[in-house]
Amino acid sequence: MAIDWYLIVSALIFCIGAGGVLVRRNPLVILLCLELMLNAANLALIAFARMHGNSDGQIFALIVLVVAACEVTVGLGLIVAIFRRRLPVDVDELRELQG
Amino acid sequence: MTTTTWGWLVLAFPLAGTLANGLGYKALGRRGAGAIGTLAIGLAFACALGALFSLQGHASDHRELTSSLWDYAVTGPGVDAKLSILVDPLSVYMMLVVTGVSTLIHLYSVSYMSGDRGYARYFAYLNFFVFSMLVLVLGGNFLMLIVGWAFVGAASYLLISFWYRRGTATQAGIKAFVINVVGDVGLVLGTFFILRYSGTLDLLGTFRAADGGAFAGHQGALTAGCLLLLVGAFAKSAQIPLHTWLPDAMEGPTPVSSLIHAATMVTAGVYLVARMHPLFERAPAAADTAAIVGCATLVVAGTIGLVMTDIKRVIAYSTMSQIGYMIMAVGAGGYVAGLFHLMTHAFFKALLFMAAGSIIGAMAGGQSLEKMSGFRRAMPFTFGCFVVGGLALSGVPPFSGFFSKDEILAWVGSRGGGWDVLYVLGYAGAFLTAVYTWRMIFRAFFGEPCAEAKELEHGHLAHAEVPTNPANAEVEDTDVGFPGPEHTIAERALPMKVSMTLLAIGATVAGLVQIPHVDHVITTFLEPTFADSKWAGHEPSNGLVNFGLVIGTVIALAGIALAYRVWVLKPGSAAAWRARFAPAYELFVNKWWFDEAIDLLVVRPFAAFGNFSRRTFERVVVEGTLVDGTTSVVRAGSAAVRAIQTGFLRYYAALLLLGGAAVLLYFLISAG
Repeated sequence: MAIDWYLIVSALIFCIGAGGVLVRRNPLVILLCLELMLNAANLALIAFARMHGNSDGQIFALIVLVVAACEVTVGLGLIVAIFRRRLPVDVDELRELQG
Repeated sequence: MTTTTWGWLVLAFPLAGTLANGLGYKALGRRGAGAIGTLAIGLAFACALGALFSLQGHASDHRELTSSLWDYAVTGPGVDAKLSILVDPLSVYMMLVVTGVSTLIHLYSVSYMSGDRGYARYFAYLNFFVFSMLVLVLGGNFLMLIVGWAFVGAASYLLISFWYRRGTATQAGIKAFVINVVGDVGLVLGTFFILRYSGTLDLLGTFRAADGGAFAGHQGALTAGCLLLLVGAFAKSAQIPLHTWLPDAMEGPTPVSSLIHAATMVTAGVYLVARMHPLFERAPAAADTAAIVGCATLVVAGTIGLVMTDIKRVIAYSTMSQIGYMIMAVGAGGYVAGLFHLMTHAFFKALLFMAAGSIIGAMAGGQSLEKMSGFRRAMPFTFGCFVVGGLALSGVPPFSGFFSKDEILAWVGSRGGGWDVLYVLGYAGAFLTAVYTWRMIFRAFFGEPCAEAKELEHGHLAHAEVPTNPANAEVEDTDVGFPGPEHTIAERALPMKVSMTLLAIGATVAGLVQIPHVDHVITTFLEPTFADSKWAGHEPSNGLVNFGLVIGTVIALAGIALAYRVWVLKPGSAAAWRARFAPAYELFVNKWWFDEAIDLLVVRPFAAFGNFSRRTFERVVVEGTLVDGTTSVVRAGSAAVRAIQTGFLRYYAALLLLGGAAVLLYFLISAG
């Protein structure tokens, strides 16, 4: 089976994720979209691993999962902190870190 | 001990005195500071005597001894900078004069400065001054000479502006320092000219190289080098046109004037020319320049001395004039004559300054001859010292100045030809010397006693209710850096009396060591140093010497007689003389407009250039273009970078994505 379709699906998911990060304003949704982008990358890695017949890509995919879990933990922590402080849950409003 | 060890000890004691007084002034107290200062120089004098006896133990052709403690930089041929001293008859002679007279000046200062609040500071500076001068005369290479030269300039600055609450004093100090730095630059540049062809900084090495023909074919460089050395000598020795600092230097305490004028500093130029005689004899143009400038100085200073009313300034111009004689002598090749006069002058000039200091004390700080009169009965001791100093200065036999001045003039006359002009001018200067010296004495000591003198006759020393600066009658700031309300006169202070008595004896008998046809102690002593001089066998004829002895006596007595007639017999006649020679009087009283000329030719153009630089160059080029240009570039750059930082998360994410896409695209295209 050709690898093309895997890559096309992966690219689609990546673009959906990237578009979500760019257009949505809710940090929770942005986080979800980031997950989509990561998993698109995972799909591509696994597809290439299968194509080459070795397990390097799969190991990378596992590492990406671990990193994604960490990232979600931190991200959710931040979002919870924003909620607790009754700040607006909107990334356009949260812009005080500007240089 | 070896001879050079004595030499090092001569340097060590004043340095130790400086450090002890400078660092330990709090622990020492007043008496300690004076004792240490005087003792340090006294020990240096003892060591100089040690060096003298040790040197005389050597065979006469082995009396040039060098010793080096440390090499700063010795790089093959070219630079050999060492901490080395040269002990030879000339440096021992200078050492003896410097330390001997300085010891007495220190002793005098112990009493004279006793009312001053900066007592320990004063002695630290004074010791440093003597140390610097000793480095100058003992230095075995050009580097040490330059270091000593610059140290003397710095020390003179410190001492002239010693009473730093006086605006006039600080200005005089700055003036002295700036003019001396001009001389330092001349000395350094002259050294470069000489070093280039001699290949060594060592003095004896340079002279050997000159003997070996190092300057053959480089006559221009040698003459230029010697002329630049002369710039240094003129600045230190207050010769025209670099003399204007010397009269202003009278702002310092009187013993400092005595030290600068008699023992140290102004004699440095004479020493320099005498020391460098192997070079100057190969550059006759430079030597002639020295003689002519010396002669011009002695006449100009003599005429100004006639009309000054500040007692210290009269003596200051007299110093300039006498140094002119010495410079003329060494320029003409009469090194021994010049150095002989240096020694006798050290005695009588130190004595005159000390006596003047005593009168200034009696006048409660006043220095104007206009206000002094009739101190003869009130201050018999000071009067006696002044008369001895005056007789020696004006060259009356058998006082010391008579023999030394006569030797100089006989030497100059013996050169013949154009030198006869200098010879005649020298005698004209001698006449002026007698007149202005005795004008000072007659005005201060004869006539109706002034109020201060009358009071002193009844045993009351005058005290100013409100201390004022004698230079401009400004009320003194009496906090610190001020002479102190108390004044001291020689009649009431034993140390002053002792030092003045010793100097008076010196001023009377010092000339007897070198009487024509009788003895020649100094010539014999200095012979090893000047043995290689081309004038070694030259001697004025007997006829010229005898003629000089007679004419010198006549001129000195005539000058004294004229002064007596004008200022004692007919007290009002000075005004008539002034009116009759009004243009000349204007010229003299304005000091030949040298200050104004220097102001016009040097100070103002430089000030204008400085203002132009500050206003135009600095504002437009430095500030406008370089400084502001740099900051505006940085500011514009940072503004552009800052604009990216909006704080919109999506904006950052988009940049990230676009960047990633751009990188991807680049690789795709370059792969395709």
